Amino acid sequence: MGTPLPEGIVAVVKADCPTCQLVAPVLGELRAAGVALTVFTQDDPAFPAGLDPVDDTGLDVSVALDLDTVPTLVKVEGGVEVDRLMGWSRPHWEKFTGVGSLGDGLPEYRPGCGSLTVDPEVMERLAARSTGLRSRRLELARLEDEAEAFFERGWTDGLPVVPPTPARVLRMLEGTTRAADEVVASVGPDFADCTVEKAAVNAVMAGCKPEYFPVVLAAVEAACTDEFNMHGLLCTTWFSGPVIIVNGPITREIGMNSGVNALGQGNRANATIGRALQLIVRNIGGGRPGEIDRSTLGAPGKYTFCFAEDEVNSPWEPLSVERGFAEGASTVTLFAGDGPRGMCDQKSREPESLARSIAWQLDSVWHPKLVMLTDAVLVVAPEHGRVFREAGWSKARLRERLLELTTKPLSEITVGANGCAEGMTIQAGAVKGALGSAVGDGPGGGDGAAEVFIPKFFPDGLLIVHAGGSAGLFSAVIGGWARGAIGSSPVTREVKQ
Amino acid sequence: MSPATDSDVRVYLDPTSERTTITRTLAERPASLEGKVVGLLDIIKPRGDVFLDRLETLLNQRGLQTLRFRKPTFTKVAPVDLRHEIATKCDVVVEALAD
Repeated sequence: MGTPLPEGIVAVVKADCPTCQLVAPVLGELRAAGVALTVFTQDDPAFPAGLDPVDDTGLDVSVALDLDTVPTLVKVEGGVEVDRLMGWSRPHWEKFTGVGSLGDGLPEYRPGCGSLTVDPEVMERLAARSTGLRSRRLELARLEDEAEAFFERGWTDGLPVVPPTPARVLRMLEGTTRAADEVVASVGPDFADCTVEKAAVNAVMAGCKPEYFPVVLAAVEAACTDEFNMHGLLCTTWFSGPVIIVNGPITREIGMNSGVNALGQGNRANATIGRALQLIVRNIGGGRPGEIDRSTLGAPGKYTFCFAEDEVNSPWEPLSVERGFAEGASTVTLFAGDGPRGMCDQKSREPESLARSIAWQLDSVWHPKLVMLTDAVLVVAPEHGRVFREAGWSKARLRERLLELTTKPLSEITVGANGCAEGMTIQAGAVKGALGSAVGDGPGGGDGAAEVFIPKFFPDGLLIVHAGGSAGLFSAVIGGWARGAIGSSPVTREVKQ
Repeated sequence: MSPATDSDVRVYLDPTSERTTITRTLAERPASLEGKVVGLLDIIKPRGDVFLDRLETLLNQRGLQTLRFRKPTFTKVAPVDLRHEIATKCDVVVEALAD
């Protein structure tokens, strides 16, 4: 507001409010009693008659006062608000104004009405003009279809988006304490700065609630690290996209799904957080399929792929704790993954047997003869988790066993072996020097003639999480893209409010 | 007039980076490779080296000087130092994609 509030008592009213109509004569009584009263009117500049109302149909004063209700009385001393009173209550008004016997014949009490500033439609108009938001404004005529307008501009992932009005973006920004102009990350392939505000615009479009927004911001930060390499992940001909695994109390607070259909559709938080990241890559980073995104087939997860770990019922420590974060911390872990491949084992009741089933499924990532090139996430569902829990297998023990079971003799995976041209080209003589402790001698010792064994995965490249519905002796393997410095490493970031 | 009805337009915020595409003109193509230094950039995709080895042989047979470069990984843009080195040492560059 450009000018300070007038001294004395400021009343804000609107004609379209029965309580304001009720108290109009009382305002006259106050004026007659010599109270320094200034009346601002939100709708009808002539109301209340005879009290020289100040026109606030532009709502500048009402916005500055952050009003929810009319009538509101505000006491101003030295240009500063010192007290306020909402609605009509005879004893409260008399105490507030110091004038007795007010409103003869009126009821003792009447609640106020909503200030025009909280009318949803008006809020949007106000937001557009006075928010400090820096994004370019797009104006659409009333008769234009807003959903179509966003499709036409190439701003969607192929599904309709929630139109990002200034009011919606402002509400999204209330989900974080970070400043709207703060840069979250540089988003490839354009390596454009993504501000908190731009992230909020895309989070609105994705359908996020404000309370999801800190998770979105953490995911953007994690994705746009050199280690995760979102740019390369976008460009690859491979299937993968960013998979977001969320840990910690925020998953419960915002109602994420870690149970039945955890990797599927139907949960708003899961669906929209993953979608928001993809829209940010598209709209801020400029990553669009057929342009920089060269995926041969893609995968459904490139719309959205985000889920929570079921920590409460897990036999093991959460992924976040395993990756160095405190118990109770909320985190996102980004993994460059393709679609989940289901694994059925309905007969194993012993952990060794079940581990063998899982290992066979892990072998299929990329190609059974391609090893040491990629990572994987194993999602253990509760009925499989129970087998490991009851046998006392820690997550570390399961991982160790899976690494052993997926280790192969070089002769089986080399190019041309088993009648298949695909395979590894590494030489047995050079392999140990190049790969160090990851490679072992097979049974028979190191006499040079012995078989050399090559692991499929590295210990830091096999993530194990617990999720899913309580029925079903299944687990899932999410295969990765090129691992490590060549491609992508999993990245975990704490979710900050 | 009330702010609720004072406009026929609805306002939305632009979700993009609002960058303007920069148009760069291609470097001038030499009429001949005579006396030029040819950079050969391997992005380290499999078999890119096979292509560049053959090209290098053919270029050397014609008396042209070649310099070999490698990106650390094909999944990331070439480091700025590498790009600078190629630009300062070479007149033209051939980048091998492959697979």
